[in-house]
Amino acid sequence: METKTQKKYNITVYVRRFDPDKDAAPRQQQYTIQIEKGLTVLDALNLIKQTQDPTVGFRFSCRMGVCGSCGMLINGKPGLACNTQVLDVTESALTLAPLPNFSIIRDLVADLVPMFGVLTGVQPYIQRSDVEEMENPTREYFQTPHQLEEFLQFTYCIKCGSCMAACPTMATDKEYLGPMPLTQAYRYNTDSRDDAADARREIVSSCHAIFNCHYAAECSNVCPKGVDPARAIQLMKKDLVLRYFGLRKKKCAHVHEGPSQSDYKPKIEAPPFTVDQ
Amino acid sequence: MKETAYWTWFIIAAIVILVLAGLHMVVMHLPALGVYNPASGAATDWQNVAFRSQHQFIAFTYIILLAAALYHGLYGLRTIVFELGPTKAFQEVFTVVLWIVGLILFGVGAYADLAAKSVGRVL
Repeated sequence: METKTQKKYNITVYVRRFDPDKDAAPRQQQYTIQIEKGLTVLDALNLIKQTQDPTVGFRFSCRMGVCGSCGMLINGKPGLACNTQVLDVTESALTLAPLPNFSIIRDLVADLVPMFGVLTGVQPYIQRSDVEEMENPTREYFQTPHQLEEFLQFTYCIKCGSCMAACPTMATDKEYLGPMPLTQAYRYNTDSRDDAADARREIVSSCHAIFNCHYAAECSNVCPKGVDPARAIQLMKKDLVLRYFGLRKKKCAHVHEGPSQSDYKPKIEAPPFTVDQ
Repeated sequence: MKETAYWTWFIIAAIVILVLAGLHMVVMHLPALGVYNPASGAATDWQNVAFRSQHQFIAFTYIILLAAALYHGLYGLRTIVFELGPTKAFQEVFTVVLWIVGLILFGVGAYADLAAKSVGRVL
């Protein structure tokens, strides 16, 4: 029986190396690997680590474009190493670097902690004015399909930092909130179950926030999940301007009545804490 | 909401500039169309200038254009400077300085515009 042999490609991989304890500045290291169709950038890095240099530093977890850990600069474009096939990018030279606009922990590992700090600041969670209902919900919060569609696209964000790395405003303005937190602010502001939109609007309409977006739209161009942060930012601007002119009124969250034939799920008791509080 | 107000008026100023600068281009650079250029010849001919200086609409248009251009330009300058990462205190002082500079320039420009109109009335 004839076995199919896939064409092999010799790829030169240039990896930016930097160890803050040893190196004064980042340097570039070159590796040559042989790959075939189907190999991802993450596979290529694992191949280098297993066969040539175990000291190469990179971060990954799920290996299927869900966790957002392996964001890096692949031939000059931010993206996920696990869902980028090498042959889609190059057939000869592959250049890998950590995500720009972040400090480097080591080699290809960017420090995303400041980004998560900013994200926390925009309160990316549902808040309700009726504390009792929030703490002890009486029933499920139903939404119409239209209400869900208004923010569904923006829930696909995996916080990989690709949009932040591609943003030209982030590169010049160190205090700029960035496309990911602004998108998440819009996502929760649009959620019909949420009551904290005014607090988020105060944050996103401050200095170094939504009005500093130059609309380069690179965030949407590089997003591996198709979230389109540039659209969220423009929709948020529209919302703010309409409210400034009093053309959009405050909308209070409420518990929607479900379809008449639906069954309410019984309240699920939270499991006991596994660590001491 | 202060930044929302600044940005909203920045966009409105851009639209105003687009319309009024378009009118300016028609009046000053397409005199053959005859818009506020009753005498034949260039838009800067004495008769044409004297005719325009007597019209309130032209004076009003240029004052609005001046205000829009100053606001739009100074807001742009403020954005550029803020992206350089100055301190919060500098940002606040710089905003006040830009308001003062803008108002002075607007006052001077508006005075020149109204003075030209009064000259036209004498003529």
